Amino acid sequence: MSKIRLLVGTRKGAFILTSDGTRKKWKVAGPHFGGWNIYHMKASPVDGNRIYASQCSDWFGQIIQRSDDGGKSWFQPGTPAGEPTTAPDGSPKGESNNFVYDTSPKTGKPLTTHSWYDGTQHPWEFKRVWHLEPSLTDPDTLYAGVEDAALFRSTDGGKSWHELSGLRGHGSGNKWAPGAGGMGLHTILLDPKNPKRMYIAISSAGAFRTDDSGKTWKPINKGLKSQYIPDPNAEVGHCVHRIAMHPSKPDTLYMQKHWDVLRSNNAGDLWKEVSGNLPSDFGFCIDVHAHEPETIFVVPIKSDSEHYPPDGKLRVYRSKTGGKTWTALTKGLPQKDCYVNVLRDAMSVDTLKPCGVYFGTTGGQVYGSTDAGNSWKPIVRDLPGVLSVEAQVIQ
Amino acid sequence: MIRVCLPAHLRTLAKVGSECKLEISGTITQRTVLDALEARYPMLTGTIRERSTKKRRPLVRFYACEKDLSNESPDAPLPKEVSNGQEPFLIIGAIAGG
Repeated sequence: MSKIRLLVGTRKGAFILTSDGTRKKWKVAGPHFGGWNIYHMKASPVDGNRIYASQCSDWFGQIIQRSDDGGKSWFQPGTPAGEPTTAPDGSPKGESNNFVYDTSPKTGKPLTTHSWYDGTQHPWEFKRVWHLEPSLTDPDTLYAGVEDAALFRSTDGGKSWHELSGLRGHGSGNKWAPGAGGMGLHTILLDPKNPKRMYIAISSAGAFRTDDSGKTWKPINKGLKSQYIPDPNAEVGHCVHRIAMHPSKPDTLYMQKHWDVLRSNNAGDLWKEVSGNLPSDFGFCIDVHAHEPETIFVVPIKSDSEHYPPDGKLRVYRSKTGGKTWTALTKGLPQKDCYVNVLRDAMSVDTLKPCGVYFGTTGGQVYGSTDAGNSWKPIVRDLPGVLSVEAQVIQ
Repeated sequence: MIRVCLPAHLRTLAKVGSECKLEISGTITQRTVLDALEARYPMLTGTIRERSTKKRRPLVRFYACEKDLSNESPDAPLPKEVSNGQEPFLIIGAIAGG
């Protein structure tokens, strides 16, 4: 029987929740890296025991962790336990947290600054890794989305990182400006049908696509309307919160923006709003049913100020028509006095049948549904605030 | 022998106890101590100082002999009690609210 593993990143450590395929009883392991922010953890699709984690702290900066045994043990790539900590030439091997922006004369020279709150230009400064996206075909290759916004790639299992600087250098990079949550690159989608195509999204900058494996990029924000920027239809400046796709229909994209839920039928070339009857079109997370490419899930949030559900009712909304028509899913979720948030990386689906849906809250609850959202149960209630949830099916 | 005390999170990362002992020749400064510490425990690189600028991270402090040396020049000699191993060089995670 299949097993299910939930990789839960929180503000104070990583937790791994496991169950058999019935998804009725769960074991909670952790905290791993107690006291640290775990922005994101994700397993390789081709090696389920290979898990990468982004560990960071305002005090001690960024750490990359890796497990090769399904989360039982961890090490910083390049400095595995028991191995020498220096290279043969005597230099330190701990390079896994070395995220250096491209400043080379050929590709990096124009990329020295971005827009700042006061309108001046400000140097790019690495702060943290928001999201790790393992390759669909190679367990040693993965991508990291970082703040200040940039995309890095490792081809040696996280030991070393190199920026794909064509993203910042495509022409609008110096216009990007941080919002209240920072200027993080938080979404990375790999097209399973076209290995050269990839999508990314950046808070307060927008969505971008490459069709040549990351060498060149184009903004894909046409159709987005954002009243909080001077030109609501601008090429960049939109605060995209999350993008999702179904692997069988990678040209169809769904977006939860700062305000508005949108879809694109042409790989992001044009977006149309599908907020429909949602009680609020503000929110952070969005995800797609594992077996129904037109079934999507969001968690409406009252506004960009309150950051809690409307009316104190925690409701997942599901559309079976790819947007516009939405149904509230409330069974098993608190319907009064609930004022938690669900962050952009904190929802995930599994590939079992019926499809499992999971999300974590800033109040430390992780809820699960084994019937595609019809009903919910808390898997664990009292974790630190949840930053990310990734579901993984283990055969 | 230079004695260095790390905060708990960095002890976990480096897999060391409450105190590290480092052999350093020449003048003992913040820079020479941290260079030696990172060479011995490369997993600490970037956690105490910024990797590129080598500047102290804002919420990390350096104490020794009941003095806050955080804003001293990284090339200033450390107190002789640190140089001769009588007192440890303390690396502290700053208190930040709460």
